[in-house]
Amino acid sequence: MSTDWISKLRHMLQVTAFCLVVATIQHAFAPDKPYGPPVVYSLLIGLIIWAIIDLGRDRMPSSRETGWPKGWGAIALVSGAIGAGWYFGNLAGDALCRSFGLFGPRSPAAEPAAEMRSGILVTILASVAASYWFYSRGKSEYLLRKMGEAQRHADDARLKLLETQLEPHMLFNTLANLRALIPVDPERAQQMLDHMIAYLRATLDASRAATHPLGSEFERLRDYLELMAIRMGPRLRYTLDLPPELTAVRVPALLLQPLVENGIQHGLEPKVQGGRIAVRARREDARLVIEVEDTGVGNARASAGRPGFGLAQIRERLAALHGGEASLDFHASAEGARARITLPLA
Amino acid sequence: MNPAAVIAEDEPLLAQALQAELQRAWPELRVLATVGDGAAAVQAALAHRPDVLFFDIRMPGQGGLEAAAELADAWPAGTPFPALVFVTAYDQYAVQAFEAQAVDYVLKPVQPARLRRTVDKLRELLARRSGGAQELEAALGQLRHLLRAAEAPAPAPQPLLKVIQASVGNTLRMVPLEEVLYFEAADKYVRVVCADGEVLIRTPLKDLLPQLDTQLFWQVHRGTVVRATAIENVLRDEAGKMHLVLSGREERLAVSRLYAHLFKAM
Repeated sequence: MSTDWISKLRHMLQVTAFCLVVATIQHAFAPDKPYGPPVVYSLLIGLIIWAIIDLGRDRMPSSRETGWPKGWGAIALVSGAIGAGWYFGNLAGDALCRSFGLFGPRSPAAEPAAEMRSGILVTILASVAASYWFYSRGKSEYLLRKMGEAQRHADDARLKLLETQLEPHMLFNTLANLRALIPVDPERAQQMLDHMIAYLRATLDASRAATHPLGSEFERLRDYLELMAIRMGPRLRYTLDLPPELTAVRVPALLLQPLVENGIQHGLEPKVQGGRIAVRARREDARLVIEVEDTGVGNARASAGRPGFGLAQIRERLAALHGGEASLDFHASAEGARARITLPLA
Repeated sequence: MNPAAVIAEDEPLLAQALQAELQRAWPELRVLATVGDGAAAVQAALAHRPDVLFFDIRMPGQGGLEAAAELADAWPAGTPFPALVFVTAYDQYAVQAFEAQAVDYVLKPVQPARLRRTVDKLRELLARRSGGAQELEAALGQLRHLLRAAEAPAPAPQPLLKVIQASVGNTLRMVPLEEVLYFEAADKYVRVVCADGEVLIRTPLKDLLPQLDTQLFWQVHRGTVVRATAIENVLRDEAGKMHLVLSGREERLAVSRLYAHLFKAM
């Protein structure tokens, strides 16, 4: 942890002010004695204690996160600082007051034992109170910082999800195609617009609906694939294969979308001659098996070897809904890529 | 003669639309070829030698930037290099780089008013074109910057490689970087060539480059990175192409025009 000297200076000034208050109170209880000595002692003891605690805590390993050491480390630091502050502060204070004659005409200690007891008591009380005050302020700052960080992480994740769903490239290229289609084939343009509306609506709603029927999932895939088929022309052929008895099975909303989008964006779009993508659902005993297979660039994908954000997200959603019962396998070869999701049929 | 153009755009409808918009904005422009990928764009441009190129940034195989760089490298002397216009749907970094390099670009969907401005600029450019080598030199300079910008946003500086780890059969060969003479991209692999042999690794050259000391290892071609201190001579053939001769080696390494500026007498 790097030392923030501005905040150290602020702490030092606060401690100085606190010491002056303590000295003034002490003086108020014994107004007949001179004001000088309590100020000198209070400042010396307080600043030594401040220096040891405030500079020392940064160097303790357990204070890396919150700025304060934990458990016995904290107790050892504070009590060590109090002891050292008391001893060296008094030593320096005696020397200072004597050489500048601050004690006045009276002897330095009429009742040395009582004065020492009250001095120790004041030092301990004041130090513990000041340490506790700095500690609780530091802690609330730390908690605020943590909360801000957590908020930022959540925002980042949401933004990333939205960005992958509404990829600007996809959006503007689709709009450009639509614009091109309007004068030459208005009817097809209208169909394309309908697919786009359905696609956008599904994408924006997906975060709200947890599950929907597999039939709807395939409809959304068809919207996306139709858009891409218009854009890519003869370079894209697709098949969707959903047995009628499986249409009502509920699946997490837009679970397959990232797989199909990956297959197109990383598999088929980079391939000069294009290819095919097939989405198939079937029943295997008590399980639902869905496969997304493309004949794209396969293991030559630019992202090969790195687990994508899409796959990780699907695995997370599957785990949250079905625990270890569901799985996602991804395999890329020279001929293309295949993703397979297996879900328990309730 | 009327100016001629080649369009490279992988989405067929968009290629048609660009051609139709150009027809309106620049009636005398002849579109000689419309192709759908970078490699075909290079071939078409070399075959037709047009005055203007409209290259989509993202295309299958080779993108527009890489295609333009390859074209500049292969462009025959004596013909002015075509004016380049890049086409993109959304590439924040690319657009910033185009602005910085004063390279023309149009955004998809193509807006007629914006395209007309581009056409005006192109007309002016073609009118004061000299036909000398300046166009090529200027284009090379711009492309160098654009390609560098395309690699950005650069990931955090990576630690420099000390040793190349290559699997040879069942064993892992550890090749100290000091022994490497050059790296050469070969299909899906990168050849790591040393004085006493070579190994193949799977890490692509572009992932390798940020981990190399660029003072020591110079990229001289799209697929070649050479240890500068291993170069003995730089030869220039009659066509003006540069080749590197390495000390103690038979082979000659071609230098792309893009990187020819590295080799100048002090």
